[in-house]
Amino acid sequence: MNTFTSLFARDLKLAARRWSEFSTPLIFFLIVASLFPFALSPDAATLRTVGTGVLWISALLSSLLALDGLFRTDVDDGSMEQLLLSPASLSLLVFAKISAHWVVSGLPLLLLAPLVALSFYLPPAAVPTLVLALLLATPTLSALAAVGAALTVTLRAGGGLIGLLVLPLTSPVLIFGTRATDLAIHGEPAAGALYLLGALAAFCLSLAPLAASAAIRVNLE
Amino acid sequence: MGIARWFHQLASPPYLFRLAGRLAPWLGISALALLAVGTYGGLVLAPPDYLQGEGFRIIYVHVPSAYIGLMAYVVMAAAAACGFIWRIKLAHAVAASAAPVGASFTFLALVTGAVWGKPMWGTYWQWADARLVSELVLFFLYLGYILLRSSFDDRDKGDRVSAVLAVVGVVNVPIIHFSVEWWSTLHQGPTIARLDAPSITLDMLAPLLIMIAAYTLCFAWLVIRRLQAEILERERGTRWVERLAMEGPA
Repeated sequence: MNTFTSLFARDLKLAARRWSEFSTPLIFFLIVASLFPFALSPDAATLRTVGTGVLWISALLSSLLALDGLFRTDVDDGSMEQLLLSPASLSLLVFAKISAHWVVSGLPLLLLAPLVALSFYLPPAAVPTLVLALLLATPTLSALAAVGAALTVTLRAGGGLIGLLVLPLTSPVLIFGTRATDLAIHGEPAAGALYLLGALAAFCLSLAPLAASAAIRVNLE
Repeated sequence: MGIARWFHQLASPPYLFRLAGRLAPWLGISALALLAVGTYGGLVLAPPDYLQGEGFRIIYVHVPSAYIGLMAYVVMAAAAACGFIWRIKLAHAVAASAAPVGASFTFLALVTGAVWGKPMWGTYWQWADARLVSELVLFFLYLGYILLRSSFDDRDKGDRVSAVLAVVGVVNVPIIHFSVEWWSTLHQGPTIARLDAPSITLDMLAPLLIMIAAYTLCFAWLVIRRLQAEILERERGTRWVERLAMEGPA
């Protein structure tokens, strides 16, 4: 556990010093979302119907954007080899890195999402559910994207490939996330979809570190 | 003892190569024979469907290829997992040979689904059809696997890294399938006349079962042929391959 907290704290400290790298996905999220009205129409009724989808797709894309560097920087500067040598299990360390990454890139998304939601004329009453759904969904996205990042960690052109590998796997998150949001918009209870999002998060967070650590180990063999 | 020995021999490339060479013609002949029987049964013997008319006959291609697409992924992931866990290189070769074949069958299922969709739904692609959409996601998973494998210069590393992806994929396939199904039941528009399949009659079912058997054999045949090529490529430069190249197959 001590290893977990120290690696977690280290990653947060690094993120605080290289904040531009981690603010990129957030700005990306805002920009992508604000491009949709140009492509569709500025009409309030149209934006209201597509708002949920826009929000979720933008969140999905921006959560993949930052992942390329998740393990690569550690591999490049040699600290990953030190982590491999540590007596703690690599899965735990990977889990610490995923958690730190989520705190840096997932949490701020929760703060920005209501802003985007309101600008797309979603009813304010739906915003708490949206935030809750994102709170449950972003850890899953981080975990899945970490698997992608681990698989491609030694590849030069990893970035584009991560999306290809991970995006199909994220379709359940997208389905349940948009469903929860839509239910809330129509004033219906969204508990069912939220439970499913929570189940996905529990499932992915417990298995993805295993897969990611296996992939890192093979990549660095 | 006998089985254990045979199992160990399977891990020997020349042995597996020769075994594959001996099996391939039998698989090929029986696959083609069953294909011919199934095609005749499906196109001639089976009565036209009372709702869909002659158009339903495409299920004799669509259903078997959709099934192979899914099964091939499981075969590929199982082979990759065996290769990863026990470090059997030939198991990775099996996974590498199964992937493009599985992807092709999945593609065939998508195309035949679209062709069937045109007269039935009035459109080639129907997002509301859960099975087609999850088949599409499966196709993307295949593409990701093949691309990841081919981006490694070091074949060994590519084998083992893509094995991790195959296992992650196979765990996710049921989740994706059921969530897509759940999603499509919510959005089912009134325009689609959902044709529920009541009990299918025997003269319609029998050709379908024959076609499924034929496709399974065909899949095995194609994989085994690819496996032979894969083994030769991986073992190039070894004595036995050089001898084979000089003397031709014994």
